Amino acid sequence: MPTPFPKLGLHTWIVVLLIVILVVAFMLSLTLGSVHIPPEQVLRILTGGDPDKASWTDVIFKFRLPKAVTAMLVGSALSVAGLQMQTLFRNPLADPFILGVSSGASLGVALVVLGAGAGGASAFITGLNVFGDLSLAVAASLGAGAVLGAVLIVSRRVQNTITLLILGLMFGYLTNAIVSLLIYFSQPERVQAFSLWAAGSFGGVTWNQMRVFSPVILFGLFISYVMIKPLNALLLGDEYARSLGLNVRRARFWIILSASLLAGVSTAFCGPVWFVGVAVPHVARSILNTADHRALLPASMLMGASFSLIADVIAQSPGSQFVLPLNVIMSLFGVPIILWVILRQKQLRQSFAS
Amino acid sequence: MLSSTSLSIGYRQPLASGLNLQLRPAEMVCLIGPNGAGKSTLLRTLAGMQAPLSGVIKLGEADLHTLPALDLAKQLAIVLTGRVEAGNLSAYALVALGRHPYTDWRGNLTRHDEEAVQHAMQLTGSDVLASRPIHELSDGERQRVMIARALAQEPKILLLDEPTAFLDLPRRVELLQLLKRLSRETQSAILLSTHDLDLALRIADKLWLLSSQGELHIGLPEELALNGLLARIFHSEGIEFDHASGAFKVHQPTCGPISLHGDKDGVATAWTWRALERIGYEVHNNGARHPIHVDVLDSGHWHLTTPNGQSEHATLESLIETLSA
Repeated sequence: MPTPFPKLGLHTWIVVLLIVILVVAFMLSLTLGSVHIPPEQVLRILTGGDPDKASWTDVIFKFRLPKAVTAMLVGSALSVAGLQMQTLFRNPLADPFILGVSSGASLGVALVVLGAGAGGASAFITGLNVFGDLSLAVAASLGAGAVLGAVLIVSRRVQNTITLLILGLMFGYLTNAIVSLLIYFSQPERVQAFSLWAAGSFGGVTWNQMRVFSPVILFGLFISYVMIKPLNALLLGDEYARSLGLNVRRARFWIILSASLLAGVSTAFCGPVWFVGVAVPHVARSILNTADHRALLPASMLMGASFSLIADVIAQSPGSQFVLPLNVIMSLFGVPIILWVILRQKQLRQSFAS
Repeated sequence: MLSSTSLSIGYRQPLASGLNLQLRPAEMVCLIGPNGAGKSTLLRTLAGMQAPLSGVIKLGEADLHTLPALDLAKQLAIVLTGRVEAGNLSAYALVALGRHPYTDWRGNLTRHDEEAVQHAMQLTGSDVLASRPIHELSDGERQRVMIARALAQEPKILLLDEPTAFLDLPRRVELLQLLKRLSRETQSAILLSTHDLDLALRIADKLWLLSSQGELHIGLPEELALNGLLARIFHSEGIEFDHASGAFKVHQPTCGPISLHGDKDGVATAWTWRALERIGYEVHNNGARHPIHVDVLDSGHWHLTTPNGQSEHATLESLIETLSA
């Protein structure tokens, strides 16, 4: 009797299922909100028709559509970046921000928001409208970019991956200390503006900003797709990966570049969105029951997008005027779901023992 | 196929130098030596994972350390010591990673790749484990899968660092037999380091014996035992190797000499010998008669003569108890 050998890679029906879920989540996020717009009206607006109420077209195109696109992009970006970091560092607790990219972004934003008025340079930015969306995104991008550059330079010199992890953690503590210090000496309304940014939101990205935001995210996702094969080789550890002919240092460089771009740009435009990046890869592993990135990476991308869309719908608290902080919703509703998925499978400890 | 000239290995200080080595197709070589002699370092150097301090390693005509990593991966595979924690992979997916040097940029397996993976699993008898997750496998099963993964690289040379380390005795014998068979069936050169001297002596085509002083002796296992090199190298480590039995002496004599005269087929004599050695006697059976003497009788009984008198024993236990008293 011939031995059955399992099929590798992602099964088609899972892809179809995940895409269906994503489409449903996307439609929900366009339908629900402070005003309810029925799905058939949403479809009519999207296909260029006129809805029953003219104002709905604006609601969809000016607010809900960019927000939904942003949520999908950020959700995919952070899930993929989290997956990459968990594999690279062989650590189930690694998240997209582990190398300090979001700390850098926070520091940039904190310097602009909290430090405004303290020095000449900040006074200049104040003149440019401190709390305007763009200056925040620019500050965050500069902060994230600075950290990214530093990490990439270090990653080319350091042989040991764990050293990078420790450097990233230390850098995180350092920036947190500086941010705390800034908060301590700031006026309350500035602090509130900063914590508003830190709560995360998909709503701040305008169509204009989308022209910068989406190409960078798509580029990061493209790199991550090319790095699927190296990530699989790295599952065995650096030494086996080398023996399989992989240039580990070069692979690490591109993986870090991709993850940091994804995490950095997401943070710059939406604030630090926690949780998705750690949780979605685990859910993908549990559901697909594999560590093969040819399956995990596309699945994480699709699941992350759906998860972010749904979290955002809940944060908008449909039918009311309240908008709850995104990070709060992600944790409140996400933790029980993810605990259920992971504990049911009892596989967390095997995802990377050692 | 793999050869080195005046190779010197180590980290800053050379552990061994002037090594002229050769690995040939369809040959299984066991690398043995005391702990810390540099077995792992030698393996890692030969695998191209660590630069030699001096000297050249040639793989065919090419210099191993300037060969592109991908070309090297198609000719040489390794199995490292220690458990691999590769996450939630099936054995089949793990073995398939061995095709990494051959697959396209997306890592998809072609029909030929799948056949190579399945063949490697069949060769190692791990095909029955194909859909099992690797974290559920026993150490022995896992080792088979890791060897299958290395074979999936279709290497001409296979290096293994202490592949028997976590296995119980039957699994060790089985694994070494498997490797020996693989060297014949795949016409590859197999080099493995091991602490199982007894097994290595019986199974290896050749031994590489590395001493703590950094000398490497190469030869047939029996030859190294006969010319006393095994005994000499392990003597300096404080253990005695017995030429005659081909095994380590575990016991230091404390009770003085005893003479033993055997039965016809010699099996009972051999085990009596071991029992006497175990309780500390220095056993002779060269015909001389010492004051304490044991005769193994054809009836299966033992006859004991001591300066205090004589006795006959129906079991070995009773003989040993009398002597220990």
